[in-house]
Amino acid sequence: MSISQFKYSVIPEEAEALRADVRCFLKESLENYPAVKKAHSWMGFDAQFSRQLGQKGWLGMALPKQYGGADASPFARYVIIEELLAAGAPVSAHWIADRQSAPLILRFGTPAQKEKYLPPICRGESYFCIGMSEPNSGSDLASIKTNAQRVDAGWLLNGQKVWTTNAQHSHYMIALVRTGSQAESGRHGGMSQFIIDLTLPGITVRPIADLAGGEHFNEVFFDNVRLDADALIGEEGKGWDQVTAELAFERSGPERFLSSIALMHTALALIGPRPDALQARDIGRITARLLTLRNMSLAVTQQLVDGNNPAWAASCVKDLGNVFEQELPETLQLLLEEQAQVNGGSDHAQVLAYLTQMAPSFSLRGGTREILRGIIARGLGLR
Amino acid sequence: MRELFESTIERLLSDISTADYIRSAEGGMWSADLWRALEENGFQLAGAPEAIGGAEAGWEDLFVIVRAAGRYAAPVPLVEMLLGNWLLEASGIGARSGVLTIAAQGTLRWEGERLSGDLYHVPWGRHAEWVVTVVGDQVVLLDMACADGVVPGSNIAGEPRDNLLFKAAHCAASAKLPSAMPASVLQIGGAMLRSAQMAGALTALLELTSGYAAERKQFGKPIASFQAIQQQLAVLAEQTAAANVAAETAFSESGDQLASFSIAVAKISTADAASIGAGIGHSVHGAIGFTQEYSLHLLTRRLWAWRSEFGSSTFWSTQLGKYVCAAGEQAFWPMITHSKQHQLPVAEIGSV
Repeated sequence: MSISQFKYSVIPEEAEALRADVRCFLKESLENYPAVKKAHSWMGFDAQFSRQLGQKGWLGMALPKQYGGADASPFARYVIIEELLAAGAPVSAHWIADRQSAPLILRFGTPAQKEKYLPPICRGESYFCIGMSEPNSGSDLASIKTNAQRVDAGWLLNGQKVWTTNAQHSHYMIALVRTGSQAESGRHGGMSQFIIDLTLPGITVRPIADLAGGEHFNEVFFDNVRLDADALIGEEGKGWDQVTAELAFERSGPERFLSSIALMHTALALIGPRPDALQARDIGRITARLLTLRNMSLAVTQQLVDGNNPAWAASCVKDLGNVFEQELPETLQLLLEEQAQVNGGSDHAQVLAYLTQMAPSFSLRGGTREILRGIIARGLGLR
Repeated sequence: MRELFESTIERLLSDISTADYIRSAEGGMWSADLWRALEENGFQLAGAPEAIGGAEAGWEDLFVIVRAAGRYAAPVPLVEMLLGNWLLEASGIGARSGVLTIAAQGTLRWEGERLSGDLYHVPWGRHAEWVVTVVGDQVVLLDMACADGVVPGSNIAGEPRDNLLFKAAHCAASAKLPSAMPASVLQIGGAMLRSAQMAGALTALLELTSGYAAERKQFGKPIASFQAIQQQLAVLAEQTAAANVAAETAFSESGDQLASFSIAVAKISTADAASIGAGIGHSVHGAIGFTQEYSLHLLTRRLWAWRSEFGSSTFWSTQLGKYVCAAGEQAFWPMITHSKQHQLPVAEIGSV
């Protein structure tokens, strides 16, 4: 670790050049899209919108051209993603496939797996979910029990995953499961990753309603599911290392501090051009924090471009970003006498009600605050 | 140039600006040997033209000098001199050698050809030979020999912050502010300087505090092995990272004009990080950090002082917030993605 990983970094011109096109497209597509829907952002599911993005060439951008990608730099992806999130576009359908599953398949997949899975991801037609957590394994991921045993020319899968975002809409799950005993292989050994076709017999997906009434979490049960040999992705027994790399990849992007940004827009609309002293101060401070987070996040992106491993720096951005996006509804509800309202009410009232209830999840998904701070402490040489 | 600046000044300051040295300077002693060593290496004139011995460095490169000055709590007006000379060059007066400082606040007024009034909170004013300030639309260079009085004052860290009195003084030189440069230029520039100094001090604070936590044992093991301590140090690291990025951005985006929008962001981010960071530093150190003898306070007292100099986090947040609200909802996101294209109008302190 070193604080010097956080260098001033600028989006290169060729990536910046994409911004105007994306903005124009979003302005048209989201013209009549309600504010509260915009607040759903990366929870908003719209397969048609995802296919449109695929047609524009804005999915799987960093993938090689032979698989339908654009060989674009991480900064090009950055511009697209931050514009989508800032506009509150419904990105949920392709979200995990684009930012997590595709890079994983590209890195660890066989040529046949890449050929099969990557092109439909780039077209916005193939959606993925991630099977990591289990009923007694969340932050303690090494304690997972779901297992796959070798049978004939394939595997037999049994167990249960939980908190699986979008499983009910996804075609595939990339799951971390046990393929060897923990006793023999050590705490982080004996685990492997599989690409599971969710239409296979023996799989049951059950949505879990969240506290705001939405259903994006799921329980997924595997009862003697037969997997082909090529369902294994990467190396048998190396699942832990693969997952660690995958998580590092998803911890630094703009999605880690823009989850509440819709509320900033509705608040500014209500406050108007002449804020009172308190409003001016808090809006200014929010703006400063947002810009600094973005600059930190760009520094991590530059590390990716340079071929470095930014896992430590990414954890810093995610933790600080989660604090910011959780505080935003708190700060803004103090700035305006506008009561949060679930049905009816102004745009701001509805967005406030939604984000106030969703905010606790921001620091849960992708690694809890305590786990991230543990990773940062390790980078400081403290453990 | 940047790497050379950084390695040279880090070596120089770590040799001379030690804890004992800073302690003896607190209270107002002049650090003549440190100043001379910096002069011999050309740091005071790093941004000045080659013709007078300068290196013509831009703000992007000067950043590492200012950050190092904060990291080693250098008890001299080095950073103020970099800004003062930059303004003298920009206005055509030309950079000076000697001991030069800046005054961003005061009541100085023209009376014909002469100047009367007070300058407030002037860093190391009592030791300065020259003071640069702005009166109306004029950049003014004053010879301290013309001052009619010095009212000594100090910030929390014991760094001189003096009020200077002038009665019908002749200025050594004056020139019109360069076009598009605001009258608050020294206020804006001063905020930029302090943001980088705080980034440096936070970096030193993080090293000192994690080092202490790894050594100090309680209940039979280093306190760094306790999760409660690890979680606090992780937050300190995050805040230090934020401060470094924010300050570097402000310097990198400044050139002939100071990037006032990014400077506001930097001052807010570093001042807030300073408050959080100083608290964590003391919390992890326990009672030893509260003593004169231990060097933690040399950093934390500066962080507490610098966060409010040239405008507190509230001052800059208010300036930024007014600008953001006036621009409106539709302009917000484009402003975030193209922040460096914006100049922030900055009111005088006190007229928020």
